[in-house]
Amino acid sequence: MTNVQSISSPSIHSEDRAHEAEHPTSTVARFGMDQPLKLDCGVDLAPFQIAYQTYGELNADRSNAILICHALTLDQHVANVHPLTGKAGWWEIMVGPGRPLDTDRYFIICANVIGGCMGSTGPASTNPATGKPWGLDFPIITIPDMVRAQAMLLDRLGIETLLCVIGGSMGGMQVLQWTAAYPERVFSALPVACSTRHSAQNIAFHELGRQAVMADPDWHHGRYFERNTHPHRGLAVARMAGHITYLSDAALHRKFGRRMQDRELPTFSFDADFQVESYLRYQGSSFVERFDANSYLYLTRAMDYFDIAADHDGVLAEAFRGIKTRFCVVSFTSDWLFPTSESRALVHALNASSARVSFAEIETDRGHDAFLLDVPEFFDIARAFLESAGKARGLKSAGG
Amino acid sequence: MALQEQALPLGGVTPDRTGKDRTDHLLVAEMIPHGSKVLDVGCGDGELLQLLESRGIDGRGIELSREGVNRCVAKGLAVVQGDADTDLVNYPDDAFDYVILSQTLQATRQPKIVLENLLRIGRRAIVSFPNFGFWKMRLQLLVGGHMPRTENLPATWYDTPNIHFCTIKDFVQLCDEINVKMERAVALDLYGRPVPLNLPWWVWNMFGEQGVFLLSRGGAGK
Repeated sequence: MTNVQSISSPSIHSEDRAHEAEHPTSTVARFGMDQPLKLDCGVDLAPFQIAYQTYGELNADRSNAILICHALTLDQHVANVHPLTGKAGWWEIMVGPGRPLDTDRYFIICANVIGGCMGSTGPASTNPATGKPWGLDFPIITIPDMVRAQAMLLDRLGIETLLCVIGGSMGGMQVLQWTAAYPERVFSALPVACSTRHSAQNIAFHELGRQAVMADPDWHHGRYFERNTHPHRGLAVARMAGHITYLSDAALHRKFGRRMQDRELPTFSFDADFQVESYLRYQGSSFVERFDANSYLYLTRAMDYFDIAADHDGVLAEAFRGIKTRFCVVSFTSDWLFPTSESRALVHALNASSARVSFAEIETDRGHDAFLLDVPEFFDIARAFLESAGKARGLKSAGG
Repeated sequence: MALQEQALPLGGVTPDRTGKDRTDHLLVAEMIPHGSKVLDVGCGDGELLQLLESRGIDGRGIELSREGVNRCVAKGLAVVQGDADTDLVNYPDDAFDYVILSQTLQATRQPKIVLENLLRIGRRAIVSFPNFGFWKMRLQLLVGGHMPRTENLPATWYDTPNIHFCTIKDFVQLCDEINVKMERAVALDLYGRPVPLNLPWWVWNMFGEQGVFLLSRGGAGK
């Protein structure tokens, strides 16, 4: 029989993941029955909680707060060791002393999105009505819901206006939603590698991922926790498909080419002969250790529903009419998930609204994931944009 | 159209700040009041925009080259990547007090349409361009028999981005044709100095290495 090697089982136990969903290694803001989160689907979610991390100090006049919105499969652990994986924060290259998001200067906040699985209320959290995880009984959430929850968190923290809201991919969608929903609370916005609406192709990829999860017999209609299983094969396949969309042909070719994995010749089997296969399997299996499968379904759905123009009679510029927020839109040449054309459409709408907007397309072959990588040109732009926003808002300059 | 220039307040046209600002930039900056909202089309490295911002002017820019845009954004300027020929249509009417087209008109595919758009988006436009009627240009073609090349326009005919050269006289004619009012006109010589006032316009067309024009919408059409 031909040798088959499937994705390895996770080494982090589901109990650890479940514990992190309920009792996170983060600060938690709890909202009681009197403060429901009003969801777009019509449900009032209460009680609920938001898990968040902060870095740096809030200044006396509360003018130096920057909110980072995280992407689909990331979380609030921006610049600290991840409690489940033990790995460094996902944006340490960007956030820290002397970094573009300088923690000596700015007060940085990042909250796990509602629907997530790292401590903010989501399908892995306990449903107070049953005492069991929500699973698919959790209401469908949207990008506006995520932002509404973040606004409630800022109210709780006593922060009226943010110096900047920054984020890439799904984080960028939240940035745009912030400016559309709370323009007066956002002094500047830095949406990266994103779009004002999810394209048909992107919805298609998400559907592929969701179907992979649901096809896993361990999924049990979202009630895998009752059987002490986790659809890790399906979720890993979803992650593998997703991960391909975050890269580019050129990046894959440069990184792996057709090189073999620890062997000289093909094994004439379905082993991971190629390095690229081995890499993808690793991406898949390490992802399932830290991510809840139902959360993946909910968050991909939230992105699919995102369409700012649709909320403004189909006219995108209407969403930004009269806006005072300073924008810096960034895209990457090899990003085919959120191509430059989408950022350009956003810029046109912002121009039509007479918004103060900068737009830079950065040349790189690293695809969508470029916003997470060491791309000095992007750092220079982010640094200068924040510097100029801070100056306009009366913050002392970096030297001062 | 009469090209008799009214007295130009030359007092302001002196290098300030770093002392190395280009004379044509200083001239443009002098034409724009403090607090105005300005769009610089073809803003290059953002040199003019920086000068304007340092003078309390709310400046925005469009630049074709990605490198130029990224350098501008890294300076904290509000600049987007775009093409004067195709992207000006995305801006609403009266979005700016002034729209600047500095040394870019000759590189557009549709100079006339670009000019019309400038004065739709902005209440006023400031346009500067190299004068192809400059004596050195004429001489090179007349005597040398070659397409002219100068210090400021060093490209050969086959690799120049400048596809629509014109003379000051041609430009004046175009403004007349599309009912554009010329509020101010200055010709700068090879060294960036304004050509002395009160000289007949043909002198400008001959000795002006570049022309700088402050334009507004003509009255009759409105």
